[in-house]
Amino acid sequence: MGIRDRITAVSEIAESLKGAGRDPSSLVIESITSPAEAMIEGRETLLLGTNNYLGLTFEPSCVEAASFASQQQGAGTTGSRIANGSYAGHTALEQQIAEFYAKKSAMVFSTGYVANIGMISVLGGAGDTLLIDADSHASIYDGCRMAEAETVRFRHNSSEDLAKRLRRMKGKDGDKVVIVEGIYSMLGDTAPLDEFAAVTREAGDDVFLMVDEAHSLGVYGKDGRGKCQEDGVEADCDFIVGTFSKSVGTTGGYCVSDLPGFDALRMLSRPYMFTASMTPGTIATAQAAFSIIANDQSRKERLWRSVRHLYNGIQKLGFQTGPQATPVVAVILPDPLAAIALWNRLIDEGVYTNIAIPPATPNSLSLLRVSVSSALEPEQIDRALSVMSSVGLELGIIQPPALRVISGGGAAVSSGTAQRVQPTKGAAAPRA
Amino acid sequence: MTESAATPTTAVEIEALILKTLNEHAGDSGPFSRETRILADTNFDSVNVMDFVLDLEDVFDVTVPLNRMAEIVTVDDLVKTIETLLSES
Repeated sequence: MGIRDRITAVSEIAESLKGAGRDPSSLVIESITSPAEAMIEGRETLLLGTNNYLGLTFEPSCVEAASFASQQQGAGTTGSRIANGSYAGHTALEQQIAEFYAKKSAMVFSTGYVANIGMISVLGGAGDTLLIDADSHASIYDGCRMAEAETVRFRHNSSEDLAKRLRRMKGKDGDKVVIVEGIYSMLGDTAPLDEFAAVTREAGDDVFLMVDEAHSLGVYGKDGRGKCQEDGVEADCDFIVGTFSKSVGTTGGYCVSDLPGFDALRMLSRPYMFTASMTPGTIATAQAAFSIIANDQSRKERLWRSVRHLYNGIQKLGFQTGPQATPVVAVILPDPLAAIALWNRLIDEGVYTNIAIPPATPNSLSLLRVSVSSALEPEQIDRALSVMSSVGLELGIIQPPALRVISGGGAAVSSGTAQRVQPTKGAAAPRA
Repeated sequence: MTESAATPTTAVEIEALILKTLNEHAGDSGPFSRETRILADTNFDSVNVMDFVLDLEDVFDVTVPLNRMAEIVTVDDLVKTIETLLSES
């Protein structure tokens, strides 16, 4: 299939989505006024699809730091650190992140995606094996494609399945690198890191563990360090990777490690070597944000109150949700058409969420991905739940409370009701 | 998940087990044969194919790295790949 054929194919999909209301890839946020509010299509809209978990994008100390650094050092670095040199801010930020994690070394990358491809492509050398969770993020898969190592998947969140696959390759030369995530971005479920750490540790010195904390930094752990800290396995994590584009509220990525000689990887990682380094404004924002994450746990506590409010509220309405209450709340819909219809009607009513349909989802699920921010006020969550209720009923995705009790009994307040409720043909059809 | 009781030794046995697993994953788009193209002739998307391979690894107790999938188009290609992997293990 040539490029013209592929453009035609993808354009047809975009057109069919537009015919059903909107094409998610071309939706424009006209102006943004807070971490939780924006104008879309001339309407005031609540943002429940931002990953802005700690609401730091509008934090005065972060914004002022970015502004000051830009004025003092310019808008960009115009090149990579290997070619143009590191700014003092790059190394200071790395030092700060290493200290935050109590690890020996840190390396920052221009985005979280680049952090994953930059690390995985260099960890998986020829003759090595990368073992990845089946539900891994696209950046992990893409890193594996760049690596010279072989890639093997194991069943999602199954340490037993990982152990089986490690046993199968016993005696095989080369390092093995196990890659998992703290919180998975589609269903919002978390990895049993204590089990993965035990399996990896017991498998031998040539087996390493890498954990991507993209969605869990600032969310879990007594100091906000993530799911590794929460589960008490930081010493077992050879590489912790993360992004600045969620809790940190800007763009960038990082990896921390105690591996001796870690800094030498800078000379081996092509995505690190050949990408423009992060701007002075971004560095300063990240420094200010990490300082808040390390020293102020109040946002994290507010976030978790909002998580419980939204997750329990969505379940009580009768929608099926992902298995765990985390800042990523997945609303599981019966099919892609229902997901497209719900996503569109929520935007009509001033509530923005993310839509995710196969093949971007595990198990061919159709989802609305609703993310929570500590910046959301309880009244705003109530308003979002009210809109989800009226639109869900209108589309036949959920049933009125009385009917729910009759058909679902006690299940009305747990996951599973929506799966049994098929939207009526007319109700779930795309809007004209 | 499918598990096999005994390791198959012949191409015919390997083919039969592959087709059985394929039917479990994509039975709606069958029937399948040795000439079936795994992506083009099934209702699989890219993730479905990887999940199918995950089961095949357990059926045959072998490791099929994702990197090998690029060269596998048909069931016949898969039979040959599994045969090679079994002979190496």
